[in-house]
Amino acid sequence: MAKSSTAHQERVQRSRERGSSLEAIRNPAREAVPADLDRLIHEHIRLGIVSALAVNRSLTFNELKALLKTTDGNLSVHARKLEEANYIVCTKSFDGRLPKTEYRLVAAGRRALERYLNHMEALIRATREG
Amino acid sequence: MATSGPLRSPQREPIPIDARAADHLRYIRETMESAAEFTAVPGWGGVAMGVTALLAAFAASRQVTPRAWLAVWLIEAFVAVAIAAPAAATKAHRANSALFSGPGRKFVLSFAPPIVVGGLLTFALYHVGVLAALPGVWLLLYGTAIVTGGAFSVRIVPVMGLCLMLLGGAALFTPAAWGDAFMAAGFGGVQIGFGWWIARHHGG
Repeated sequence: MAKSSTAHQERVQRSRERGSSLEAIRNPAREAVPADLDRLIHEHIRLGIVSALAVNRSLTFNELKALLKTTDGNLSVHARKLEEANYIVCTKSFDGRLPKTEYRLVAAGRRALERYLNHMEALIRATREG
Repeated sequence: MATSGPLRSPQREPIPIDARAADHLRYIRETMESAAEFTAVPGWGGVAMGVTALLAAFAASRQVTPRAWLAVWLIEAFVAVAIAAPAAATKAHRANSALFSGPGRKFVLSFAPPIVVGGLLTFALYHVGVLAALPGVWLLLYGTAIVTGGAFSVRIVPVMGLCLMLLGGAALFTPAAWGDAFMAAGFGGVQIGFGWWIARHHGG
């Protein structure tokens, strides 16, 4: 009986250790995000931007908007956050007489995406093994 | 008295944590697949197919029986597949992308139906003896396959399909004797021209 109780406590302890990390996945809107989970690219649209740019040299604002099926304002706000974090760079130019905004993923952004992927895979492993 | 707490049910169905993380990974993969244009359409392979089509058009124009004429073009179709399949696989491999995942799969699934229809129509038209319509039908359906498959590819690919469709449409309303010339222009000239462009601008 005591043995069973100890095992139960260990499971509870393991569960608590994973708790904060798992919470961010359960409900990304909540604030309880652990330091090692990159909150910046955890958000849906920002994760989409980084993922799309990871397989393209660059994408224009309109291409990203069509790909992620979002609005001008939404894309603009999220792209700005990634820019401020130096995950992507934005280049503004003119295509003939039309203004063109292009985004490119930089090394820090690519590393952040890799870390995020590793984190998700680790969570899956931890949950299935636990 | 009004309730001060939230109105939602305290008993929500929990979502397994590994399923949530797997959803995130799936979203990343799907976004990457949608964002990556399928560039495994073989440019140099298209040029090679164009050259063999020119040779086939020359050989077909010298045949005296409809059966022999059809045989030449069917052999050419097999040769084209034998060139295109390894060329596409090699290019996809070079680009570190799987040929049959994401955009590649979409390309194949969109490309295949018009080709299957073309095969059935060839069989049916041969049996009723309307071989004169085959050049137009083949060009139209191959062009349609390229346009539909090319919707998931680089922009030049559907343009190539449209050119083939225009030639096919014209072939249907011109004398049957011009059939091989239209085939040479479509399967030969168009494929060589666009293949060269794809090879130069989209990775080989």
